Amino acid sequence: MDRPIRVLVAKPGLDGHDRGAKVIARALRDAGMEVIYTGLRQTPEQIVNATIQEDVDVVAMSILSGAHNTLLPKVVELLKAEKADDVLVIGGGVIPDDDIPFLKEKGIAEIFTPGTPTSVTIDFIRANIKRK
Amino acid sequence: MALAERLLQGDKRAAARLISMAENHDPEAVEILKSLYQRTGRAHVIGITGPPGAGKSTLTDKLAKAIRARGKTVGIIAVDPTSPFTGGSILGDRVRMNDLSTDPGVFIRSMGTRGHLGGLSKATQAAVKVLDIYGADYIFIETVGVGQSEVDIAKNADTTLMVMVPGLGDDIQAIKAGIMEIGDVFAVNKADRDGAKRTATEIEMMLDFNKTDWRPPVQMVIAVDNKGVEELLGHIMDHMTHMKETGKLEKKRVLNSKLEIIDLIQENLMRMILDKSSKEDLINNLATEVAARKADPYTAAEMVLKEIK
Repeated sequence: MDRPIRVLVAKPGLDGHDRGAKVIARALRDAGMEVIYTGLRQTPEQIVNATIQEDVDVVAMSILSGAHNTLLPKVVELLKAEKADDVLVIGGGVIPDDDIPFLKEKGIAEIFTPGTPTSVTIDFIRANIKRK
Repeated sequence: MALAERLLQGDKRAAARLISMAENHDPEAVEILKSLYQRTGRAHVIGITGPPGAGKSTLTDKLAKAIRARGKTVGIIAVDPTSPFTGGSILGDRVRMNDLSTDPGVFIRSMGTRGHLGGLSKATQAAVKVLDIYGADYIFIETVGVGQSEVDIAKNADTTLMVMVPGLGDDIQAIKAGIMEIGDVFAVNKADRDGAKRTATEIEMMLDFNKTDWRPPVQMVIAVDNKGVEELLGHIMDHMTHMKETGKLEKKRVLNSKLEIIDLIQENLMRMILDKSSKEDLINNLATEVAARKADPYTAAEMVLKEIK
């Protein structure tokens, strides 16, 4: 592939902790990806609109508020409604192990919890993007 | 349905995909733009430029909202730098435009410069065309934070807005050649800070020497508080009216078209040279010799050109 992978990094929900999102954004940048950073307190609708306008390969969401079971599946749902389900959706943040199977069932491809080396996320994205 | 048709019907995914294709040098994008070129030229294209942190994104957000309040649609192309080392980038202009992202009358696209100098990316012009066809009445192009000589924006916009802030240097900066010459309208943002008036005066003094019949207005604004934004938009509209009434718009578009053709010739020539020769190896070998002072760069360039003929 001779084009950069485009990734939307977003913070859904109401927590104000964006350190993790910024670390990921920087790591993806250094891995040669184009990162569209959208900042704090995004609604699922905002995330999905940005995903479409930016034509990204990946939506990476960081969430520490505890609302992941509501907000992350909502993004997947809205993407489907817009026929944009060729986008890889991943999540990260403070998410209990017990919730991960539910999120995967809802279409979030992978969840990266605290302590995950950024290289794991980068490799996962490279291996799993759906568009050539 | 074909991408071209979907774009004509205002399909935002089609617009988004076509911009990506243009960015990735997909020949199909060029074919589509050829077939739809006559549909372009309708939008008022506004370039927004200025140093990093001047408030270009925030001001774009506020201007876009003011235009939306007048019932018109807006396209925004926001350019940020690409790393020369990894090819990666962080495109962060949307952070200031979050309220706009669910407005169906606004389309925002972030672009990395991908190695292009001059403040824009190579595909910016294609993206402007796509948004014009898509139906945006006004298109903002926000450049990367610029220094002194990134003037490409003036070749792409009908109106260039130069965003300045207080405290960046003395009046000698204002009379240097380069970006200070391309502003059709000036904004002094963060006007509540010390030195804002002085900055505005210095710009005015520089403009006193202009000999054209359009005197660029200098507007004090505080973008975060939405102060001075209506007035600024008024100046931008006035500039367009002036351009139309004096016939300058036509002239400027002829000149810009000429520059675009020349750019495309250069681009195609470079691609031809590098493809046809697949001279990558030859150039790499020559580079080694030139660095070791076994050859000189002038002869090396001549050798590559000779290979192609």
